[in-house]
Amino acid sequence: MDDPFVVGGAALKSRLFIGTGKYGADSVIPAVARASGAEVITVAMRRVDKGGQGITAHLPENLRLLPNTSGARTAGEALRLARLARAAGCGDWIKIEVISDTRHLLPDGYQTARAVELMVREGFVPFPYINPDLYVARDCAGAGAAAIMPLGAPIGTNRGLRTKEMLTILIEEIDLPVVVDAGLGKPSHACEAMEMGAAACLVNTAIATARDPVAMAGAFRAAVEAGRAARLAGAAAARARAGGARASSPLTGFLRELARN
Amino acid sequence: MEICVNGEKEIFVPPATIADALAARGNDVNRVVVEVNGGIVPREKFVQTLLREGDALEVVHLVGGG
Repeated sequence: MDDPFVVGGAALKSRLFIGTGKYGADSVIPAVARASGAEVITVAMRRVDKGGQGITAHLPENLRLLPNTSGARTAGEALRLARLARAAGCGDWIKIEVISDTRHLLPDGYQTARAVELMVREGFVPFPYINPDLYVARDCAGAGAAAIMPLGAPIGTNRGLRTKEMLTILIEEIDLPVVVDAGLGKPSHACEAMEMGAAACLVNTAIATARDPVAMAGAFRAAVEAGRAARLAGAAAARARAGGARASSPLTGFLRELARN
Repeated sequence: MEICVNGEKEIFVPPATIADALAARGNDVNRVVVEVNGGIVPREKFVQTLLREGDALEVVHLVGGG
């Protein structure tokens, strides 16, 4: 089926973005990338320790890099990291992550929207990581974001779509791809996000910390594809109230009626 | 001369370039990005950019992240 995911000036086949953090051994990343089918992979920027090894040696060459601005606490710090990422050869795509609360690690909506404004002026293609808040999402869209990346649950918690109601509102109201990022702990979470109409999912922790990251990458790939196919197929409406059961098979012509005659 | 590298004071014998400082630290020139006093220095200028007493260097690279 021809269903390209057009975002940031690119037409992608895969709707699964993967991360590169938290792997027991970074050498597994190329195999994970292959199994996931992902075309976009996130990285972070940090100070180099003496003789320190980065992630570059383990990055598959055919994937588009999406560097993040993790570590930034303000829009200005995020812009500085974006410039460094570009100088490192990452291109113009940038996942804006501005967080100053070290306990909950929730993104700062005001600083994030401001960072989108600053980065668009310098030709970056921003993917802001946000709380699924309608006004923050609108501010980011208005400032020129390429997509919005709302969280499903606090980062690294694997708790799934705790923000489901708000994500649904963003999917309905925001005229940009919605890439659900953070909190997706199981393939079923990613599948549900896609069924709801998310354009894509970003998964890091759930793959990286699985007992078999390569197999889990394949599972997430299948889940995202299934959820997307279901969305396109038009899911049947749920019947919420009690007594709402509807038979799938005919309710007439049972064999017992024949037997009584 | 004293240079601040990634927040820590280091001593270099002048004349020292960015490339010299990176070599002394064991950093791969092709995989790092360098700021001097807050401004990014393009990689092709590492060998010609002389460090001065009191310069602040930031040496960063790509690491795993989500």
